[in-house]
Amino acid sequence: MAELNRKQSERLTFWETFQSGLMKAKIGRIIIYTILSIWAVSTIFPLLWVVLNSFKPSQEIINATFKLPTNPTIENYTNAFNTINIGQSYINSFIMSGSVVFFTLLFGGIAAFAMSRMRFKLRAMLQIALVMSLLIPAFATIVPVYRMMIDLNLVNTYWGLIIPQTAGNLPFAVLVISGYMATIPKELEEASVMDGCNRLSMYLRVFLPISLPSFGTVATFVFLWSYNDLFSSLIFVEHESVRPIVVLLSQVSSQYGTDYGLMTTAITMTVIPIVLFYLLAQKTFEKGATSGSVKG
Amino acid sequence: MKSDKLYAFLFLAPAVAITAVFLYYPFFDNIRQSFYRTDGFFNSTFIGLENYRRLLEDDIALGATLNSLELMLYVSIFQVGIALALAVMVDSIRHGVRFFRTTFFFPVVISGAAIGLLFTLIYNYNNGLLNEILVRLGLERVLWLTEQSSLYMVAIPTIWSYVGFYFIILLTAISKIPADYYEAAKLEGINGFQKTIKITLPLIVTDMKTCLILAITGALKIFELVYIITRGGPARSSEVLGTYMYQKAFVDSAVGYGATLAILMVIIGLSLALITNILLKRDDVTY
Repeated sequence: MAELNRKQSERLTFWETFQSGLMKAKIGRIIIYTILSIWAVSTIFPLLWVVLNSFKPSQEIINATFKLPTNPTIENYTNAFNTINIGQSYINSFIMSGSVVFFTLLFGGIAAFAMSRMRFKLRAMLQIALVMSLLIPAFATIVPVYRMMIDLNLVNTYWGLIIPQTAGNLPFAVLVISGYMATIPKELEEASVMDGCNRLSMYLRVFLPISLPSFGTVATFVFLWSYNDLFSSLIFVEHESVRPIVVLLSQVSSQYGTDYGLMTTAITMTVIPIVLFYLLAQKTFEKGATSGSVKG
Repeated sequence: MKSDKLYAFLFLAPAVAITAVFLYYPFFDNIRQSFYRTDGFFNSTFIGLENYRRLLEDDIALGATLNSLELMLYVSIFQVGIALALAVMVDSIRHGVRFFRTTFFFPVVISGAAIGLLFTLIYNYNNGLLNEILVRLGLERVLWLTEQSSLYMVAIPTIWSYVGFYFIILLTAISKIPADYYEAAKLEGINGFQKTIKITLPLIVTDMKTCLILAITGALKIFELVYIITRGGPARSSEVLGTYMYQKAFVDSAVGYGATLAILMVIIGLSLALITNILLKRDDVTY
């Protein structure tokens, strides 16, 4: 009898531990998922709110801000194209950021090739200069560069933004691409020499195609930084004919601060291409963030 | 190769020329200009250390520096802290990892200008998101951007928008920890919380250090969110070094003084990064 009791209680404890363990794990997991979901909502909801409101007339934004638009309208969008000329800003943004990416890859690619595959006297010094330049913030160069741009008559032209941004992004590009090229086996270099390649054709036919992933990483980040860079844009290309979309955005609230339709539309139009771009190139973005090749 | 010299020169020349003229030279020229009084970009007179003396007596510059440091504190604690908590949690779940990675990171890619305008709408008195929620709950509207609150109100979007960046760095670091460590710990009867404290954290110390230094240097460059949401106001209560430097150099045309402020920013940034590096200098933990 005593033995049976002991066994029963043992069984019970086992059962209890099992159950409470299950409960604990479940509650723990529910808490974790809840917290994670709350953060996810905080990142998605504000933007969703803005996008939904951009399809309502201003009056409805004020009266029914959380409801789905009753009569979805694109009036705000036509308004944005007509009154604040958002189309022109789009074009400006893409021309300038696209050019920055193009020149950064063009000059950064060959420089990276030289830095990683060639031996010459000043290489060590250039390497140090390259790393140091990542520490130079835009604030510390902008005053002299602005004066130079005035002297060159380039303020409020596309080049006024393209040149300084290209200069700012080149060190990053050279570091990332040369890091990638350094991992390419020496045999490939030797084989291409046997085939009669000089350094230029070696770069164009062998190293450039192999290194395309690193070019992709650089292109994604440089485009993003350039497109989003309000500080330089405010200074170099603030005039209406050349202003990129972020400058327009910074002016909307001071000039049309009561026109909620226009503001939500401007935010939506600025953010949408970048979000699409991110969803397409998501892996590249995340890789870039963790590769150590990071710029603040 | 024989002809390497010529090719090295040709390949490096464009990049070196562009960065020399538009990055390195301006950096040193900025130091030179900090010794000049310059109005409207062209009339320069050498005034020696006058700008630096002015800096020491400038209450607004002092306030902006303190605000920048305060923001830096919030950013390094909360950005890295929240990112760490989220990374540990995402690492422990099985479903939805992909979804959380995507949604947490995506504010990082959005421009400060757009996030700034978004938060202007959120804080808006008449029909901002926050006040609309309060009204729905039957509460009074609140004036969100006051002298007392403005710095917090710019700190929140700053922290929020960049958490995802550190989250990805830390999540990657955590996922690189070999599974055997955890299995061994499980045999010794360690529970989930202890597991995090005793195994995960020590093994990602280096990555957290990287995050902290990036957060600190990044906080010094804060400009866009403050410029859009408060313009440094009300009554300069949220002025930071970035916005003040912009105002001095490009609005008030005190170009030399703006250059001096830029130097202050560089000095603060470098010394803080150095200090953090020394303070956190411990041998990396490996088991």
